[in-house]
Amino acid sequence: MKFTLGWLEEHLETDAPLDEIARRLTMLGLEVEGVENPAAALAAFRTARVVEAKQHPDADRLRVCIVDTGKGTVQVVCGAPNARTGMKGVFAPSGSHVPGTGLHLKKSNIRGVESNGMLLSERELGLSDEHAGIIELPDDTPVGVPAAAALGLDQPVIELAVTPNRGDCLGVRGIARDLAAAGVGTLKPFEAAPLPGRFESPIRWQCDFPAGAGDACPMVVGRSFRGVRNGPSPKWLQDRLKAIGLRPISALVDITNYITFDLGRPLHVFDLDKVAGDLTMRFARDGETLDALDGRTYTLEDGMTVIADASGVKGIGGIMGGAASGCTESTTSLFLEVALFDPVRTALTGRKLGINSDARYRFERGLDPQSALWGAEVAARMILDLCGGEASALTTAGEMPDWRRTATLRPERLASFGGADVPRDAAAAILDRLGFETKVENGRIRASIPSWRPDIEGEHCLVEEVLRIHGFENIPALPLQRETALPAPALTPAQRRVALARRQLAGRGLMEAVTWSFMAEAQARLFADIPDGLRLANPISADLDVMRPSILANLALAARRNADRGYADVALFEIGPAWRDDTPDGQDTVAAGLRHGKMSPRHWAAPVRPVDAFDAKADALAALAAVGAPVENLQADRGAPSYYHPGRSGVLRLGPNVLAQFGELHPAVLRGLDVGGPAVGFEVFLGRVPQPKSKGGRARPPLDVSAFQAVTRDFAFVVDAGQPADAVVRAAQSADKVLIADVSVFDVFEGEALGAGRKSVAISVTLQPREATLTDAEIDAVAAKIVANVAKRTGATLRG
Amino acid sequence: MEDLEQIRAELLAAVAAAAGPDALDAVRVNALGRKGRITELMKGLGALDAEARRAAGQELNSVKAAVAEAIDRRKRTLDDAALEGRLAAESVDISLPVRPERQGLLHPISQTIDEVIAIMGEMGFAVAEGPEIEDDFHNFGALNIPPEHPARQMHDTFYMKEKPDGSRLLLRTHTSPVQIRTMESTEPPIRIIVPGRTYRSDSDMTHTPMFHQVEGLVIDKTTHFGHLKGCLIEFCSAFFEVANVPLRFRPSYFPFTEPSAEVDINCSRQGNTLKFGEGDGWLEIAGCGMVHPNVLRACNIDPEVYQGFAFGIGVERLAMLKYGIPDLRTFFEADLRWLRHYGFLPLEVPTLLRGLVP
Repeated sequence: MKFTLGWLEEHLETDAPLDEIARRLTMLGLEVEGVENPAAALAAFRTARVVEAKQHPDADRLRVCIVDTGKGTVQVVCGAPNARTGMKGVFAPSGSHVPGTGLHLKKSNIRGVESNGMLLSERELGLSDEHAGIIELPDDTPVGVPAAAALGLDQPVIELAVTPNRGDCLGVRGIARDLAAAGVGTLKPFEAAPLPGRFESPIRWQCDFPAGAGDACPMVVGRSFRGVRNGPSPKWLQDRLKAIGLRPISALVDITNYITFDLGRPLHVFDLDKVAGDLTMRFARDGETLDALDGRTYTLEDGMTVIADASGVKGIGGIMGGAASGCTESTTSLFLEVALFDPVRTALTGRKLGINSDARYRFERGLDPQSALWGAEVAARMILDLCGGEASALTTAGEMPDWRRTATLRPERLASFGGADVPRDAAAAILDRLGFETKVENGRIRASIPSWRPDIEGEHCLVEEVLRIHGFENIPALPLQRETALPAPALTPAQRRVALARRQLAGRGLMEAVTWSFMAEAQARLFADIPDGLRLANPISADLDVMRPSILANLALAARRNADRGYADVALFEIGPAWRDDTPDGQDTVAAGLRHGKMSPRHWAAPVRPVDAFDAKADALAALAAVGAPVENLQADRGAPSYYHPGRSGVLRLGPNVLAQFGELHPAVLRGLDVGGPAVGFEVFLGRVPQPKSKGGRARPPLDVSAFQAVTRDFAFVVDAGQPADAVVRAAQSADKVLIADVSVFDVFEGEALGAGRKSVAISVTLQPREATLTDAEIDAVAAKIVANVAKRTGATLRG
Repeated sequence: MEDLEQIRAELLAAVAAAAGPDALDAVRVNALGRKGRITELMKGLGALDAEARRAAGQELNSVKAAVAEAIDRRKRTLDDAALEGRLAAESVDISLPVRPERQGLLHPISQTIDEVIAIMGEMGFAVAEGPEIEDDFHNFGALNIPPEHPARQMHDTFYMKEKPDGSRLLLRTHTSPVQIRTMESTEPPIRIIVPGRTYRSDSDMTHTPMFHQVEGLVIDKTTHFGHLKGCLIEFCSAFFEVANVPLRFRPSYFPFTEPSAEVDINCSRQGNTLKFGEGDGWLEIAGCGMVHPNVLRACNIDPEVYQGFAFGIGVERLAMLKYGIPDLRTFFEADLRWLRHYGFLPLEVPTLLRGLVP
């Protein structure tokens, strides 16, 4: 919403300086987005008179002008077809900057003729796209005065961001009313006395809506005019429209635009001679079309409110009129439409048709219902003033909706809800200044809600109105009292685990990334089938059209981007959502990480090796350990999803509960993502990790260490190559659960000497006695049990 | 006795002359070994009478001690020399780089959320979470945004594909649905913050289709607008580490709060850095207000008994302002150079007690 300071002063008597007005507007909730005086950008340009214009000796299209700038005469070469002796225009001297073209003017020589400066077009001034010729100022314009003043542009233009609840401030008068209520001046009286009609309108309004849909257009008022002259509107009106970025068209159209912005009351005028019979408000019939004022043709459907005559649709209610029935310079008779339209239907229709108009913007935010009547009077006065002629009596259809409502404010709520100490009478006075009519009953303020404030619902709204005018800055800030002296933990155990996993993974050298929750379906399908529920109906782009089934996809793509930039060996992780379906339970919190390329850079003292599945397994185990998963009891098995390498991947599970999966990413998946290998990844499903039992408090069991020397013995077994090493370890462990403290694998190899399909697994077993130092005989006995148990469980033989 | 003095002199000279450990050992054997000269003399003492034996024994022991001590001293000298020689031979080029290690860093969004939790946690807020694929009721309806409300246009909503029954889910446009879910399941008093991902169909210099918010909600019987101001002023002072940072509460409009305000922080821009609490610039950092009675009613909470406030802050905005990150879009690119430059060491969880930033 834009307006000039002068325009505001039409409604507000005030001495307040501009910056004070701007500050107060913002603090009233009418946020000032900008205050600009176009004169500032045009300061270098002055009015000038072309003393003489003659043909350039050496160029057909150029003229050599002697220009009186008010400070003397200069010679200017000008290419505009309308440059001629005696005209007045806008002169830009050498050294000035032309805003519309970005050109810095210098004294120059154009085909042998010296040129000092320029006569400007509207486009060169940055005012419009008009570039057919240079600006022509009226003959009575003084020479040498600032061009901005002569063009009516030396008015500060204020632009507000008006919130959707304040439709009443989409007119300058509503803004003035708020300022007056806040003590910034006095609101001037509003003149809208009925204007007697001189004849009966030849066109009458009809409303024809299906039962129950009358609220689509509850009331419409109109009147006819005859004998009008529709020329250009007067300069003051054109200036105001231009200042806020509207193009003057003709007096009649300019009047409707002016009242739209002045009073927030959109209007429409029909050329009476282009309307056949009475006008009817009704819903469109499916397939009806309208060639609208914006030059486009719209196909309409049932439920869209239209204005129609006997021949068809003439306008889309509250949105835009038709081109054929609009007023032109030759219009002498017209019909004025002042309607009320349902905000919801107007918004829906506008959205469906893709039309954003100043009318729609106001109707969908709710109009003052009384404006149906006063609008017809204000507009009639202006039409008669500017275009002459005479006005008919009003024609009306429908009824004014009952807007009379009241709300009650308990004054103590200003303090107990609003935190502000505003006395009752001061609060009532604020509401009165805003147009509420208040009276005090039983200590409460009973307020009649003004017709232009459909947003006011009840007491909380009255509190807001009073506080807004009183000033939020005048509400004392109080500390929020805690319920307990010390705070309780802010995080649940599950939330803490996310934080622990994050810090653990970063500590292991992985960089934390945050990537989109959505991705391209074609790439997502490499990871999982995407159910319909995870497809976006309106993705922002085709490569972000489904919710991600796995974070690894995004991390792999990020690795590719980094590799493209020369950083091939990245280690990234992200903790965030991945989706199985669209239910609240279908969203998993996953800690996922990806290592790409080499584990470390080439180095003089450390060998280079590519990342492998065990790097990912280590990351997964570390994350699981950090979040308190019983890592000792986890089983590593095959069974990772198919986007992992089938032979170099696995899951970590507790019984059937898969807590994590890890491994090399499948080469075909990497190819599908256009990512060079190798890449390994892991996914830890944080929500599946069982919560530690809280029973028993924080105390740890007593430390139990043995005083006797531990003994280590090594064994090498030959087993089937398909036998997991873990089976050998577990078999060894179970040989003596008391004595055996640790079993670790220290060597694995396959070779011809072992026979085809066989491998050697060497383990180191630590025996920890508790009663006495072990004798050789006892050690031998345990060793024999280990060999026997491993042989029994895995079919292994001890390597000779 | 002359004999003994001479032996002492000879042996000490031999010790001093021993050039290496082996030579020294030979001297030791020759003097103190089983058949060494001093040992042999010791054996001869038995033939003397008691008086003479005592005197001669003393003399001999003194020689033996002197020689043994000389051998020890010589051994240390030789060892020291040998070690010195070895160390001189095994020096390395200490300018060489160490073995590679990686240090991971936390994303500024995680750090910022942890800082917010640290501050709000001190004020008694607990962290709540909820699903990101939401239904219309929790994202809009319960928040006093009926279907054709113009405010829905302020939220460029991502919708999921329509279901066979005509309903459609959406990606939450704010973290406010978690307010609703919490109020539905919890009796007041309620004091929560909700950090999380949010989505709007908007992409340009200052908007990304996904971003993070922290929502705050307080519901009890007495909390009013003055407490809202106090809470956010304290938060901003702690977060930006500026005492009494000036905040401006500007009336605004949100369907789910009334009165509503937008919150601006006073700052001045000096190059790439912002100075808070000085200059005449104001930057918007939060939206807030008293919870609308319709929102309470939608959650079966009686607005005549309970009241409270809610606020929403953009996490990326906080991070950009505090850490001087110029471009929102770079947050989600996972560019290693960016992560290294703007990331945070994971060693310490932010707390007010120890300081927010490691």
